[in-house]
Amino acid sequence: MQPNGENLLSATRIDKVFPGARALDKVDFHLRRGEVHALLGENGAGKSTLVKCLTGAYRRDGGTILLDGVEVDPRDTFNAQKLGIGTVYQEVNLLPNLSVAENLFLGRQPRRFGLVDVGAMNRQARALLDDYELDLDVTRALDSYSVAIQQVVAIARAVDLSGKVLILDEPTASLDAHEVEMLFRIVRRLKARGLGIVFITHFLEQVYEISDRITVLRNGQLVGTRETATLERRDLISMMIGRELAAEIRSAREGQVVAGPVRYRFENYGRKGHIAPFDLDIRAGEVVGIAGLLGSGRTETAEILFGAHRADSGMAEVDGRAVQLSSPRRAIAHRFGFCPEDRKTAGIVGDLSVRENIVLALQARRGWTRPLSRTEQNRIADHYIRALDIRTADREKPIRLLSGGNQQKAILARWLATEPEFLILDEPTRGIDVGAHAEIVRLIEGLREKGMSLMVISSEIEELVAYSTRIVVLRDRQHVAALEGNRITADQIIEAIASANERGAA
Amino acid sequence: MKPKYLPLTATIVIFVLSYALCVMQYPNILSTRVVGNLLTDNAFLGIAAVGMTFVILSGGIDLSIGSVIAFTGVFLAVVLENTGIHPLAAFALALMIATLFGALMGAIIHYLEMPAFIVTLAGMFLARGMAFVLSIDSIAIKHPFYGTLKGFYYKLPGGGRISLIGGLMLLVFAIGILIAHRTRFGTDVYALGGGTATAKLMGVPVGRTTILIYALSGLLAGLSGIVFSLYTSAGYSLAAVGVELDAITAVVIGGTLLTGGSGFVAGTFIGILIQGLIQTYITFDGSLSSWWTKILIGLLLFVFILMQKGIVYASRSKQRHA
Repeated sequence: MQPNGENLLSATRIDKVFPGARALDKVDFHLRRGEVHALLGENGAGKSTLVKCLTGAYRRDGGTILLDGVEVDPRDTFNAQKLGIGTVYQEVNLLPNLSVAENLFLGRQPRRFGLVDVGAMNRQARALLDDYELDLDVTRALDSYSVAIQQVVAIARAVDLSGKVLILDEPTASLDAHEVEMLFRIVRRLKARGLGIVFITHFLEQVYEISDRITVLRNGQLVGTRETATLERRDLISMMIGRELAAEIRSAREGQVVAGPVRYRFENYGRKGHIAPFDLDIRAGEVVGIAGLLGSGRTETAEILFGAHRADSGMAEVDGRAVQLSSPRRAIAHRFGFCPEDRKTAGIVGDLSVRENIVLALQARRGWTRPLSRTEQNRIADHYIRALDIRTADREKPIRLLSGGNQQKAILARWLATEPEFLILDEPTRGIDVGAHAEIVRLIEGLREKGMSLMVISSEIEELVAYSTRIVVLRDRQHVAALEGNRITADQIIEAIASANERGAA
Repeated sequence: MKPKYLPLTATIVIFVLSYALCVMQYPNILSTRVVGNLLTDNAFLGIAAVGMTFVILSGGIDLSIGSVIAFTGVFLAVVLENTGIHPLAAFALALMIATLFGALMGAIIHYLEMPAFIVTLAGMFLARGMAFVLSIDSIAIKHPFYGTLKGFYYKLPGGGRISLIGGLMLLVFAIGILIAHRTRFGTDVYALGGGTATAKLMGVPVGRTTILIYALSGLLAGLSGIVFSLYTSAGYSLAAVGVELDAITAVVIGGTLLTGGSGFVAGTFIGILIQGLIQTYITFDGSLSSWWTKILIGLLLFVFILMQKGIVYASRSKQRHA
């Protein structure tokens, strides 16, 4: 805990609860004057929730925020801006159709005799951008400039409006190396001016290049705050993905892994811009775990296998016969199943009942000309509600009223109802409570024992270690390592991700 | 040249070219008399189109304009026939009603988060219906003040006249240009057209701006109704059917993007002139059916929509390669 005197922004014991999930649990975050502070964590760790609480986009449920030693309570982003906290997002939140100068001064254009003084506005805009080494025609529309320049214009506006704290949310995600360089020069200059800068990213090289301190969140909790200079990269990664349980869960199962014949073979399979070509064999009764940091190509791998994106190289084989997986329909026809990562947008249909959600994929595969009878639907729904222990009053309850874990199990039931032989699960335990967590892990185990082939993507390392028979490690949209047998340990996985990262930085 | 000026430039080039073609065939079209008439004949449409320009720039649409014009005309005719109110007071009353009507539609669009298309469609039926409630007959307006107003004009060299209503249209366009480009409200209108969510994040008062935009469109539709009643000296509930579509046409031909956020009030003026010119040409020719106006304007509109798509596509791909 730092003394409050040198802290520009101090957030203590911040709580945020969403229905069914605790997004932030008593998180502390301290930002000093003139520092770049990286805020790290996997998807769903609570980074953006914390930022939204600081900028007033969310109302926090508990905790205090001190700015310059004075307690503040930002009501909305506009209010936070006035207090001195400005935010720049990855997708530039400016108006592409207005001129650069209009974007900088929207709502506070200089006026003369009641009319906007366009000349003065453009002069001031040029003067403002001079500080950022930008020499632009400020009368041109914003969208005639590259994303990097738009980003800088957004920063200039945020700093000009707020001027104490600048939050950069994934600012480099769509920039190339040169543009990142330019952005970092500007960040350093602002830092020298005494601004406190919060930097959110998933590029670890950039964290080491620009940040002074690092705060890591995991599952809505603070893991720790460290000085960047003294934090080893592999320690950072294990802070981010955790490694507590691991080995003993696995040792209990050692020896009983019986992998069947290779059923699915992908050779040189890939898609430009999504995932580099990879080779992958999947056997019956095998769980292939996919490990890697956010943005390393995990979901892309799943989507290309399921045909959600068409592969542009390589070939796929099912049981030794070449197949085309050009669409999810084709994949489903070969008895593939896919539970996507974000169940809210890509999974559940909130207003439909639990029964309707469960039979959805099965009905889709049969086609609408062969409807499932109501008795049949009831039988299937009841079977899975019992088998997966879905906690619902009855099968006709709208699924949005269920808790996250039970929704996740219903989605799983939807795919199990199609009797898939190869099931892809993308973050099956995201955002559900600990009890449901363990049940899903047990379920995966059970499916494997029945001879199903599974591929599971997860950010939880100990979880992957617990149920995977093989782990593929991804980095920068490439498959970089495969771990088997007793090499599957949290340490080995972290090692593989970290060394891959060092190679990436070199 | 900046890409945003491209559609406007194209409109001006097309106007100058077609004017030159017309003049080559009928040199009289160049006379100030024809020009003056062109302004007078299109005054009501032009005034309404200024309001429509703001609405479309903000990404909305206002389908109620024609009905509001008809309602205003009938309202004036009924009031002047049955009461002793002075026309100026009646004008003020009509403008007030039209403005409130627009503001109400704006408020519904904003607070109930309804599409402008539906809300103003309802407004269109409502205003037309109210006009019928007032009177189903065409009522002539014989008030002497109307005669006085019609007597005002500015004489141009060559015998042409800029009538009061033609001049009023020019004034409305001038003020419209000033509001669009030299006020914070104007920039806010463009901001809404660029994206409501982003505009809100940047601190644009979205609700107030939306209501003001539709109030302005209502006010100008009311003013257009007054001009229309001066022009025809009558009020009729079936008048001005489809004027909203002519106004939208003028706005789009004038180079304003139908999706909002880009365009010029001045462009709408050229759009009005192009439509007027086509009508004038057909009048001069005498043998062509007046439906040719619709056919030509339809083709022009089509060309402009294609051009806008092309420009949007070109600027996107440029950005991608930048």
